[in-house]
Parts: sequence; structure tokens; C-alpha cells
Amino acid sequence: MQQLVDQLIQEGYFEGVPKDFVYTGFMVLVALLVLSFFVAPLAGITSWLERRVWARIQSRVGPNRVGPQGILQWLADGIKNLLKEDIIPTAADKRLFALAPYVVFVGFFATFVVIPFGSQLIVADLNIGILYLLAITSLVVVGILMAGWSSNNKWSLLGGMRSAAQIVSYEIPAGLALLTIVFAAGTLSMQGIIKAQGWAPWDWLLFYNPFTFAAFFLYFTAALAEGNRTPFDIPEAESELVAGYVTEYSGMRFLFFFFAEWGNLYVIGAIATTLFLGGWQIPPITDHPVLVGILQFIVFFLKAYLWVFVAMWVRGTLPRVRVDQLMSLCWKYMVPLSFICLLGTAAWMVIWPQGNRVASFVMFLIGVAILGLFFRRVRFQIRHAQPVLYWKPYI
Amino acid sequence: MEAKEIYGRLEQRFPGKVAGLKDDVLDPFLMVEPQAIVEACRFLRDEPELKFEILSDLTVVDFPKEEKLQVVYHLYSYTFRHPIVLKVDLPREEPRISTLEGVWKAANWFEREAFDLFGVVFEGHGDLRRILLPEDWIGHPLRKDYVEQEEYDGISTERAPLVEKLLR
Amino acid sequence: MDETLHTEGEGFHTEDMTISMGPQHPSTHGVLRFVVKTDGEVMREAIPDVGYLHRSIEKIGEKVTWHGYVPYTDRADYLAAMFANQGFCMAAEKLAGIEVARRGEFCRVIACELNRIASHLIAVGTFGQDIGAITPFIHALRERETINDLMEEICGARLTYNYIRIGGVGYDITPGTCDRITQFLDHFEPIVDEYNRLLSYNKIFIERLAHVTPITREDAFQYNIVGPNLRACGLKWDIRRDIPYSVYPELEFNIPVGTGEKGTLGDCYDRYMVRMEEMQESCKILRQCLKTLPKGPAIAKVARKFKPPAGEVYIRIESARGDMGFYVVSDGSEYPYRVRIRTGSFTAMSIIDKISRGIMVADLVALIASLDVDAPEIDR
Repeated sequence: MQQLVDQLIQEGYFEGVPKDFVYTGFMVLVALLVLSFFVAPLAGITSWLERRVWARIQSRVGPNRVGPQGILQWLADGIKNLLKEDIIPTAADKRLFALAPYVVFVGFFATFVVIPFGSQLIVADLNIGILYLLAITSLVVVGILMAGWSSNNKWSLLGGMRSAAQIVSYEIPAGLALLTIVFAAGTLSMQGIIKAQGWAPWDWLLFYNPFTFAAFFLYFTAALAEGNRTPFDIPEAESELVAGYVTEYSGMRFLFFFFAEWGNLYVIGAIATTLFLGGWQIPPITDHPVLVGILQFIVFFLKAYLWVFVAMWVRGTLPRVRVDQLMSLCWKYMVPLSFICLLGTAAWMVIWPQGNRVASFVMFLIGVAILGLFFRRVRFQIRHAQPVLYWKPYI
Repeated sequence: MEAKEIYGRLEQRFPGKVAGLKDDVLDPFLMVEPQAIVEACRFLRDEPELKFEILSDLTVVDFPKEEKLQVVYHLYSYTFRHPIVLKVDLPREEPRISTLEGVWKAANWFEREAFDLFGVVFEGHGDLRRILLPEDWIGHPLRKDYVEQEEYDGISTERAPLVEKLLR
Repeated sequence: MDETLHTEGEGFHTEDMTISMGPQHPSTHGVLRFVVKTDGEVMREAIPDVGYLHRSIEKIGEKVTWHGYVPYTDRADYLAAMFANQGFCMAAEKLAGIEVARRGEFCRVIACELNRIASHLIAVGTFGQDIGAITPFIHALRERETINDLMEEICGARLTYNYIRIGGVGYDITPGTCDRITQFLDHFEPIVDEYNRLLSYNKIFIERLAHVTPITREDAFQYNIVGPNLRACGLKWDIRRDIPYSVYPELEFNIPVGTGEKGTLGDCYDRYMVRMEEMQESCKILRQCLKTLPKGPAIAKVARKFKPPAGEVYIRIESARGDMGFYVVSDGSEYPYRVRIRTGSFTAMSIIDKISRGIMVADLVALIASLDVDAPEIDR
């Protein structure tokens, strides 16, 4: 991109404008383009997908009117919310109240900088990618606390406090699980981590050793909690806290919170894919650069959306835990377990500095066996399901 | 145990306080003097051969012609599976009776409801407030001579004519 | 330096937070209100405030005729309207000494048990929703929809039935409807197992409910807790069996009681499980009734200008929310002199203040849902 801008400057398009200004302008322009043509549809379609998946789990139809199969529902919702009145309670702290959704949104949006969609498709391959990721997602807590506090509503306050406690706590197991991968890959850069893996499942870091395998589940659980997803959605538990920290919000500000939530869902899947599931790695079947890029993109997207789907599935199935149970789960079980994963991986690397391919194979087979058991269970449930099953994916 | 035996035991324990037994009706009932109601109920609850564990219902019936409000207690025993009905007559002007809250906690809310809808004052009740109607409601609606206020907090209580006609 | 720290420490004091939970709150099932005092997430006190749905049904009873009051009883508890119908009609019949048509009794039981299933489905479904699992709620409503359709076939209404009349039932149940009820039972009985797999034996669900706000038997007696909530305390007591009415003595069914299998006896989980099992028992009753439905008229001859002799009667029936009492006084005229409806939710609501101290806000939601209190039934 820099080359393009340099070329434009050389050709004399921006005569008299300082070079830095041009760069900044282009950065903002690109960010806007990415926001409106990639992130917004991504979050929107995730929201539509979630509603459809959820509806099917609950034997309903879900939104299917706007566009083919209702895929443009998010657009209609967005326009509706833009046109709605933006109510700010008189007793609210107006500036914080107005600012909070954007803080949350920035915290989520900035993660897209380091998410690699392909070997070339990454905004900035920071050499401290994971560190940046952990740091920038912490901004969400600030936003949620701001929203909870400034609404001047006790339910909001309770929701904000719950959320702050929850996200801060779960960042520890999530961070430790990520650190396990950093040990195994030997780099903090997202592209570096992907390059440390191969296209074949047994080359993924998920099957690197038993500890990374466990770390994956720890990470996914902690990420669900960080993203305020069921079964850890206590900050916005509608049956307890009305709507938690978003109780007083309306219109577009309200939408921004959910925009961030749905987008965040994709980010969770993308990070899991990058760190554990080989990211965009594809088998060497073609040399055509464009084709390779497209294939990498598709592979990455499918892997990421698989985990988005799992998160939706979990949301459709499980009840919500209580605050004290949530905390004890984190501090009594997940933090010690993730420590063990970290130390175990360190020990593993001392013993087999180059990794152990046999162990990877065995882990892969164990993973396949677990998946097999899981599908047997699913088959059992389907056989015993009394209502008529409707197999078509669309209605 | 039959109502007659229960009456006999009560009469034996509280001579002159349990005014009468009527057992030729569908649900036999005892008339109890207002002063004795708490003691009688405690006796009925604790006596090992009676064991009325629950206060099934507490309500009031208004008899304007006879100038009385009748408080009706329905007791029931899970152990012996026998019911009994106690009735207490109170004057319509300033009806007062002791609370049963100390005997059965369920009486708390029942008495609040009776106070709310009939204006019976339960002496010694810990929390005698209106329960179903708003705090600033005037009158006790289930009394037979209750006249509805024309407006409540500036809101007219007048109904559409058809409904009015049905209500007479 | 030390001194300033010390004074800061003294000046730092915390306050309990007073929150108004309801009447517009997603988990207060209708229009209940609690004034909740909390210390952070821990409840200090939850003072119930009822009366938002008071429709003076008892006063209306003194102003309409005996026949005309039946539709009003529907509104006493619109989730289980059939029971209020039956309670009032039984009171009127007992006062006037009317023998109910035998087929009518069976029709009543069929309608009531269908209604009990529908009401319990709402109870367990909203329970799941309050705990955070929305799927069971919608699955429960899916089955309830079928029951509503059946009810529509039986009596033309889906929610407030006005089906049971003094002396019998309004409309006879047709053979076609019987077939469809059997179909529904075939479909529904295995589904209870599915709900159990989906919700009841879910680890998180059990963790949320086990040991939460157990009600002891003494408390249940003191506060007059009735119905499924009382059975959850381990007392095998069902008015259908113990103060028999209608044709229930001829039918065979079990009375599920709380066992404390996952936690303490009488906790939220027991209250939930009792309802789950009661639905299966209702299915059994329905099958028996459909098998032995006798022939004959569905309603006895009752004067249109119904005037029972003066007297009074107290009828107790087993509604979906427990012991529903009808105390009806007649003065021999064509209007009831006094109608008193005593409901299970009213007393269940009064115990919340006592057992909710020291639990968490999330547990209060579970407690309200597990007692299955229903705003219209509390306020009448």
C-alpha cells in the first residue's frame, strides 16, 4: 500500500501537501473502507447467521424476508437503528454515555489489524501481534464500565461491574493459553505462528502436544467469557439485570455494542484458527498467486466460522452460570490448568526442542476419536429426537 | 376428627369462649369470641390430637343488615386430614381483632388483604399496609356499602355506559 | 501520613443498594415488583409488592349471576383457567346439591389435565429462560401451542376457556378430538425425556438450582405453601388424592415428591423436577380418561335462573399452582353473596421475603421462577 501511495505522490497527485498528511489520509481512508465493506458486513452477517442458527435450534424460522434467505436483515436493522431516536437519560453522565459505545467498538475493531486472512492479507504483521491483541481487547472493559457507570442506572452498574470482573479474570487463562502457543511457535507475530504450522492437521499447534490441545479448550472457554457469550453472559443477563450495561442505550449506540459483540465472535474464531488450527495454511496444489490467496482466504474463513457456529450452538443449548460459579470456575480451575499447560509445554520443548511428530500424530488420532465420540452422541440424540427433523438448511 | 369433637375439646379448654357449633351445614363451623381467637388457634395447632398445621384461608364476609363483619378462618390438618372453620363476628364500625401472625405466618398476608378490602384492623400485626390496592386508596371495596370514588389521583373511574349498565 | 490513612479508612463506608425489581422486569413474570436491597450481588432483603394486576374479581362475583360469573373465574389465573372454572362450579353445585353428569366429569378432568400440562410447560419453560437457556422455553411453547389448539377444539377458546359450567361442561368432547388428544400424548410423552436431556440433567442447570433456597416442611406449613411447591418439600400430598373430588378417585396416578436428589430437599431443583414429573402423571390420567370416557349427556339439567339455597361452602381443588380454594356464600338470591378465591401463588409469594435473605440476585430470579408464582393469581 505504501508503494501505491509513494507512486501517487511521485506522479504529482498531491503537490504541496506534506507527505505525512497524505499517508494519514490514506490510512483513514483504508480504515473506513475496511470498516464499511468488510467489518460491518462481517458483523452483520454474523448477527444474521446467529439468529438463523438459533432459530433452527429452537424450531423457529428466523429472519428470512430481507434479501435472499434474509441475509440482508442486518442492513435493515442497521438502517432502522440509525433512524431511531438516540435517547440519553437526563441523569446520565452525557459525555461518558455517548463515548462508551465507541470505546467498546474501537477495542473490537482494532483487533482486525493483526488478523491474517491470507499469507498476504493482513493489515500489519506486527512482531508483537499477540501482545497487541491482548492489550487492545482490554479496551472493551473500559467501554463497558463507562457504559455501566454513566447510565446512572443500578442495573447497568451491576452489569458493568460484573462484566469488568469477568473480563479481567478471564483474560488470565486466555492469556496463558495464548502464551502456551507462543512458546511452541517461538514468535509473537500472527503470521509467524501460522508459518510455524502446516496445512495438515497433525502439523497444527493444536496437536503439538497434550498441553496445547488442552490450552485450545481453555482459550475457547475463556474467550466466550470475555466476549460475554452464553453460558457466561451474566453482564447482560436479561432475566436478572434487564439488559445489563446496555439497559439505557437506544438507537445506533445500542447497535454499536452488539456490533462489537457479533464482530467479536468472529475475532474469537479467527484467533483460535490462527493460533491452533493452522490459520490459512493450504496444501500445495497451485502456484497461481491470486488463486492461492483466494483459497487461503476461504480456508481461514471456514475454520473461523466453524468456531463461530460452535459458539452459537453453545448459546442455544446452555443455561447461564451464576457470578460466584463463574469466578470459581476461572480462578480455581482454569487459571491453574492454563499454568500447567504453560509449564508442560515449556518442559516438552526442553525434552523435544524440534517437537515430536509421533506425539503430534497420536494427539491427532485422539482428537479424531473425541470427534467421533461426539458425533456418535449427536447421532444418538438425533435418533431419539421426537419432533420431525427438518434437514434442509433453508426455509 | 369430627367437628363435634373439636368443638368439645375447645369448649373444655376455653369455657364460654367458643360460642357455638353449627354442623348441619355443608362445612361445619365454630363461632369463636374475638378475644379468644389467638389462644384457640394456638391450641388447635399445638394439640397433638388436633394438629391443624395450616391456615388454609382467612377471609371476611360483610353482613350490613346484621351490622357485623364475619372473619372466617379455614384450618386444615395434613396429619389427620380434618378441616375446621372458625368464625368471629366483629362490629362493622371499628372492627378490631388480634392478629394470627404469631400462630401461622401465612396469616400475615391474608390479614393484610382483609384489612385492605374490608378495613378489619388486626392488632399486633407487624406490617398492616394495603396489599392489593394503592396506598392512597379511599375506602374498603369489598364492603357491601362501598361507594366508588369518582376519581383516583385525578383519573376518572367512570366507565363506558354499557359496562355501567351491566354492573347496575 | 498514618493519620490521614486512618481517617480515610473510617470515612470509607458502603451502603446497601436499593433496587426496584419490576413491575417492568423481564423475569418477574407479569407484573410483580420487588423492592430489593442488595450488598453488591448479595441480597439483603426482597420485599414483594403485589397488586399491579388487581381486577377485583371477588367484587365482580357479587354483581353477576351464578352462571355469568364463570367467565370471570377464567381471569383469576389465565395460565390455568380451567381449574378456577371447576372450583367455582363445584362450589355452586355443592351449594345447590346438583349431581354432575358423569361424562361431564370426565370431560372436566380431560380439560383440566391438558391445562395442567400447558401450565407446567410454561412454568418449566420460563424457568429455563430465567436461568438463561432460551431454547427449552421455545420448545415448551411449541408443545403448549398444540395443547392450545386442542383446547380450541374442545371449547373454542385458547386461553380463557369458560368451558366448565354448573352441572357439567359446555360442550361435549367429540371422538375426533379424543383421537387428536391421544396423538398429542403419543407425541408428548417422549418429549419430556427430551426436555430432561436438554435442560434437567444439564450440569450448569443443576449447579444453578441445587441447594438454592430450600423450603423446609415447617416453613411450608407456616406459610401455607401448596401444590407442587409443597410436594417438593417431600410431603406426599395432593388434593386430587387426599380430598378427592370429581372422578379422580377412579383414576390411577402417582404423586411425585421432591427427593433432594441433586441438592437439599425442597430446593429449586426439586420444585422444578416435581413439575416435570407431574406432566407425565397428567398424561397417564388423560390416557385413562380417554379410555373410560362414558356415554351420556355432558351436562346435567340446571335451571337457567340458578338460585342455590342459602349457605356457604369451601371448595379446595388441585390447581396447577396448588390448592385453589373457593369460599362461596349464597344468600339464596340469583347473585352470589360473597366469592372468595384463595390461590397458591398468593401464599407462595409471601414466603419469598423470608427465604431470599443472603442469596444472590441471580438466585432470586431462580426462586421466583421455581415457585411458579403467577401475577394474575396473586392479585385476582
